[in-house]
Amino acid sequence: MTASRNLLVFGGIALAAFGMSYGLHYALFVEHQTLDRMGGSLMQAFVRAAERQMPQAHDAIGTYASAKYDYVRQVDVHSHWTGLAMLMIVLGIAFDGVAFSERVRTWIAGSLLGGSVLFPFGVILQTASHGSVFGSALAIAGSALVTLALAAAAWGFTRQAT
Amino acid sequence: MATVTHKAVESTERTVSTDADVAFAPASAQRLLIFGGIALIAGGMLFGDIFAVFVLHQNGRQTGEALLAAAQAVSAGNASAMKDIFGNIGGLLENRGTKVDAHVHMTDAGYLALLLALVQPYVALSQRRKKLLANLFVAGGILLPVGIFLIHYVGLAYSPFPVIGWGSVLADSAGALLIVALTGQAWGFWNYLQRGAGVSEPELPRDRTWAGRALLTGGTVLLLLGFLYGAWYAGMDLYSHEARETQILNTMLDRAISSQSNSAVSVGDYGSLAAERAIKIAAHSHVIEFGLLAMLLSFVQPYVYLGEVWKRRWVMVLLAGSVTLPVFVLLEVRLGLLAGGIADLGGLLVIVALGGMLVGVLRHGGRLDAAAGSLG
Repeated sequence: MTASRNLLVFGGIALAAFGMSYGLHYALFVEHQTLDRMGGSLMQAFVRAAERQMPQAHDAIGTYASAKYDYVRQVDVHSHWTGLAMLMIVLGIAFDGVAFSERVRTWIAGSLLGGSVLFPFGVILQTASHGSVFGSALAIAGSALVTLALAAAAWGFTRQAT
Repeated sequence: MATVTHKAVESTERTVSTDADVAFAPASAQRLLIFGGIALIAGGMLFGDIFAVFVLHQNGRQTGEALLAAAQAVSAGNASAMKDIFGNIGGLLENRGTKVDAHVHMTDAGYLALLLALVQPYVALSQRRKKLLANLFVAGGILLPVGIFLIHYVGLAYSPFPVIGWGSVLADSAGALLIVALTGQAWGFWNYLQRGAGVSEPELPRDRTWAGRALLTGGTVLLLLGFLYGAWYAGMDLYSHEARETQILNTMLDRAISSQSNSAVSVGDYGSLAAERAIKIAAHSHVIEFGLLAMLLSFVQPYVYLGEVWKRRWVMVLLAGSVTLPVFVLLEVRLGLLAGGIADLGGLLVIVALGGMLVGVLRHGGRLDAAAGSLG
């Protein structure tokens, strides 16, 4: 098997195992607590409003929004790591059909692996610091890397077909 | 290995059993993973379709009604009613969330099973260990969605934990099984890399047929479209949706305590936002998943023992369903339930095509078994 295929298949399996481990850790230690925080703060907002304590009610809505911001991104990280890992393995199997030199294929495979690790990592950094510019930049760069690499692979498949 | 020549039913071309069929021997890891993978994907999609038709919209309406009751309780200054109302909302969200998760995890476990079937030649382990890992993976792939589905119904009954019920314990244990199986596969692949030897069993045959090429090309295009749409959603909608949700909830509370305003308008806005968000995320995830599925199925085509005409038909049905579902899910924002019905039909097309291909794979296995029996 060529180096580019090794990189995609082995990197994909490792990333899938990592993504699943993250999902298991999240389900066991984070998810229930986050959902409790979301539900509790939303209920608190309505209770405070019923008591006509509006500043506290709006604060509780802010807490709910913050908890949901984290929840959405934490779930996205799990699904994107696992999903991108599957894509890497699929491409790894068919990668000899990408009609470029092995050097170019290795670059494409490396970009896919790098982007697949960085994109969700950037998203998880956004939960550590809401609105983090570094996290957002990393996520955008990672997703752009994956999209460009996939487009290059698609082009390579087309060259083979023609 | 003995070679068996035969004429495929309704096919104009002759097919020959090759060395690749060794890997597809009775009760082999590859056969188990291909059968299990396609069955899990079809089962997960069927569950998703049933959920979309019978649970999703009803659940959304009930959640809206409960939120309106909460706003009315705020107007009446009835803080003591909130616990019951939010308990009800929590139950509705858990009901919806666990069903979505069961659908997603069952389908994704199927994708991974198909993937693992394809990489078996590069997993340097004994056949016995490969079968054990395949069994573990398929068992985990079945038990994980079952456990997730049961979370809502079992709750915390008889649980020794404060927030984790037996449904979660089953789901988490099944998740651990999947991780063990995947780690074993990674270990086998590491062995293959370390030894630098040849493959442990024959590699998959290269499929140059129209069906294989159409699935590979169509799948790659669907994936690219899904990526681009996802980037568009993250850039244009994600943050604005989050800001709108906070604004709507604050307005809902302000209106509830004001005698001149109607909080039902805010509840309606909240429902519309939730629907818009769910629709856009569903379109993004489904187009990518169908792209991945099409690419995976392109590799399985050599094992689909059907005539070329039928193989083409199932490919076209699958690709048509893969485009119909996400496009009409997106159109639900404008066309409402009519588009939702057409989207469900798209999902059904994918399920039917998967069923057709599964029959072809079963026939391939049966043919090999029969040939092995006649030679033995």
